[in-house]
Amino acid sequence: MAFATVLEAPPRRRPVVRRRNGYLPPPPPPTGGGDGPERDPEPRRPFLDNARLATLFLIGGEIMFFGGLVVAFFVLRIAAPVWPPPDQPRLPVGVTGVNTLVLLSSSVLMIGAVRALARKQPGEVVRRLAWAGALGLVFLAVQGYEWARLVGFGLTVSSGAYGATFYTLIGVHGVHVLGALVWLAVVLMHAALGRYADGPTAGLRACAIYWHFIVALWPILYVAVYLL
Amino acid sequence: MKQNPKRRAGHTGHHELGFVRTYIFSQDHKMIARQFLFMGLFMMIIGGLLALIVRWQLAWPETAVPGLGGILKETNGILEPSTYNMAFTMHATIMIFFVVMPILAGCFGNFCIPLMLGARDMAFPFLNMLSFWTTFTAGLIMLSGFFVPGGHAAAGWTSYAPLSAVPEYTGVNWGQNLWCISLFVMGVGSMMGSINYITTVINMRAPGMKLFRMPLVVWSLFITAILLLLALPVLTSGVAMLLFDRTLGTSWFKPSGGGEPLLWQHLFWYFGHPEVYILILPAMGIASEILPVFCRKPIFGYHAMAFSMIAIAFLSWVVYGHHMFVSGMNPALGMSFMVTTMIIAVPSAIKTFNWLGTLWGGRITFKVPMLNALAFVSMFVIGGLSGIFMASTPVDIYIQDTYFIVAHIHYVVFGGSIFGAFAAIYYWFPKLFGRMTNPFLGHLHFWPTFLFFNLTFFPMHIIGVGGQMRRIYNPMQYEFLQHQQHWNVFITYSALLLGLSQIPFVINFFWSLFAGQKAPMNPWNATTLEWSAPSPPHLNWGARIPTVYRGPYEYSSPESQEDFLPQWQQPSVAAPAERRRH
Repeated sequence: MAFATVLEAPPRRRPVVRRRNGYLPPPPPPTGGGDGPERDPEPRRPFLDNARLATLFLIGGEIMFFGGLVVAFFVLRIAAPVWPPPDQPRLPVGVTGVNTLVLLSSSVLMIGAVRALARKQPGEVVRRLAWAGALGLVFLAVQGYEWARLVGFGLTVSSGAYGATFYTLIGVHGVHVLGALVWLAVVLMHAALGRYADGPTAGLRACAIYWHFIVALWPILYVAVYLL
Repeated sequence: MKQNPKRRAGHTGHHELGFVRTYIFSQDHKMIARQFLFMGLFMMIIGGLLALIVRWQLAWPETAVPGLGGILKETNGILEPSTYNMAFTMHATIMIFFVVMPILAGCFGNFCIPLMLGARDMAFPFLNMLSFWTTFTAGLIMLSGFFVPGGHAAAGWTSYAPLSAVPEYTGVNWGQNLWCISLFVMGVGSMMGSINYITTVINMRAPGMKLFRMPLVVWSLFITAILLLLALPVLTSGVAMLLFDRTLGTSWFKPSGGGEPLLWQHLFWYFGHPEVYILILPAMGIASEILPVFCRKPIFGYHAMAFSMIAIAFLSWVVYGHHMFVSGMNPALGMSFMVTTMIIAVPSAIKTFNWLGTLWGGRITFKVPMLNALAFVSMFVIGGLSGIFMASTPVDIYIQDTYFIVAHIHYVVFGGSIFGAFAAIYYWFPKLFGRMTNPFLGHLHFWPTFLFFNLTFFPMHIIGVGGQMRRIYNPMQYEFLQHQQHWNVFITYSALLLGLSQIPFVINFFWSLFAGQKAPMNPWNATTLEWSAPSPPHLNWGARIPTVYRGPYEYSSPESQEDFLPQWQQPSVAAPAERRRH
């Protein structure tokens, strides 16, 4: 048995150099490789830090949550004989379209903040994060104003499937924007205190991923609820 | 394990955490696991008593239930139809969401994942604590529903709309609302937990712990976590819509405002079918873990076991329509759901035959955990076979909503998940609490439970095929059911005895907790990493996390002096154990 082991040289691990997570992995051990039990196993190098990985899975769950709502919306919509119902007010397509651009530009600023983080410009990071958050607030404020106007025109949650779906979908997205804004505020505070200058930056990057998700969700809802 | 005294001294700071941080708002995954276990066992008492109330009504309809005279004062303990509806609704809700899920996914997920992977804790300990307290709050909200005027939710655990969407239909107002709120909160809590589990499995494994060296219970919990993460949000969105319908006056499920009642069934079962695998997959993992230990053989077909669990998880998304064969569905769609459902038998059979292959020729010792694991395997076979009956549409149209379905779900969830939970509790008790359980009381618990479980649930197949519908208040109202009423009486006697059979378990649990024999580090001579930590583990290991050198089931290995090779034992150069595998 032992003799056979000596004859069969253990398969050699190819020295693959891959950029993972922004740093280069250490070179393969000099003693050669193989997966055999002879060698001490290397410590694992995760391909993505915990915070970002968890955020990606959180987004997976959120997609299923919004998926349930959007599918339910389409079921009611297709079943309705006329959509929107003739006696109900129309949704403000134009203002909300501009508002969509506001939200999308906050995502651009968030990309800028992460780039500034990579270039190590802490002042720029704080400024861009603050602007992204401010645009998110503007989006929410305009949405709230439009809601108030629609309620004034007589579209309420209890006015049939049209009002119910509109307020539920848009409201649930609004609550998510609010939650993401709270997270963004915490990250902004950390950035202003200089936590990301020399420490791990995963918190900011995870928040950025979630912000992009919340922003990317909006055009889908806009097209489904307002335009179609 | 060598422990560096200096490093340990550095960690003594953790001992100085106050009582609250150690026992209540603890971030330690083992304490959270114990909290989930106690919560689940407490809720099991409530859910079990509700089941006995339901059984009493079915055997001796409209007679006073003993012990309920003080609670139902107006009727002197006789169940009214509304109270009966509430009892079976809450029995199912509590057992599924607050017993099986907290014990299997909550307790053993928290306990096993870090310990068996060689991690000091979960990826996010704070989130883990938050997950428990969110679930706990959901449990409190659910229990508070018993005390509101109008009683608790009474539309069945499936809460089909529009019965559940309009308060006037069941006469329940805040009970159903609290049911929705509780499940919403529980959905948030289990989302936190599942994200934590997935991140931990992917990122926090010890050196050498490759994916295909993970114990199968960790595989099963990993897959369960993915199902939880993707399935529960669909229910969460559904209960949110239901709650809006009931409180804000939206009309998602109310036809009067343009809503669609069938939509609830689709949303519910799109969650509901993965949910049943959330309940059974951890038990499958637990059985795969315990069988090799007590027959001293490697698991038969490790890779097939892992891949069949992945296949089951994948298939669980495309079969949900089989719950709705009679709800009004395009026959072509019904046909495709029938085919996909039958395909699930393939990975399930792979698992069953692999368990049998593991037992084949092993040196089986019938210790209490092993007995429970064997009960799991055999009862799961019966439950799985009756599932094939329902999968075929022609048969299902006849047995839909009869006691045949009730028999099936109890064979899978009691015979499967609960026996799995008992097996896991007996098996990991030494590591959870540092003491051994009493084997005599364990046998005294297992044998009557196994016997009366079968006597309770097997006759349900017979009365189900005889035509007894589920959820009926009084079977004696129907002439065609009167001749089989003796079966209902027999089932109720068995169910009462099944309830009494749990008393040795309670005595054993608490007696062993305080006065059990001190457990050694590795009482079962098992190979997985949790047995390399002291019992009960503190910070899991001393200075060094163990390194993993081999797969998890190296029993009766010719290369070892004893009959097992632990995962953490460094191999000698002359023993190429890794090559021999696969």
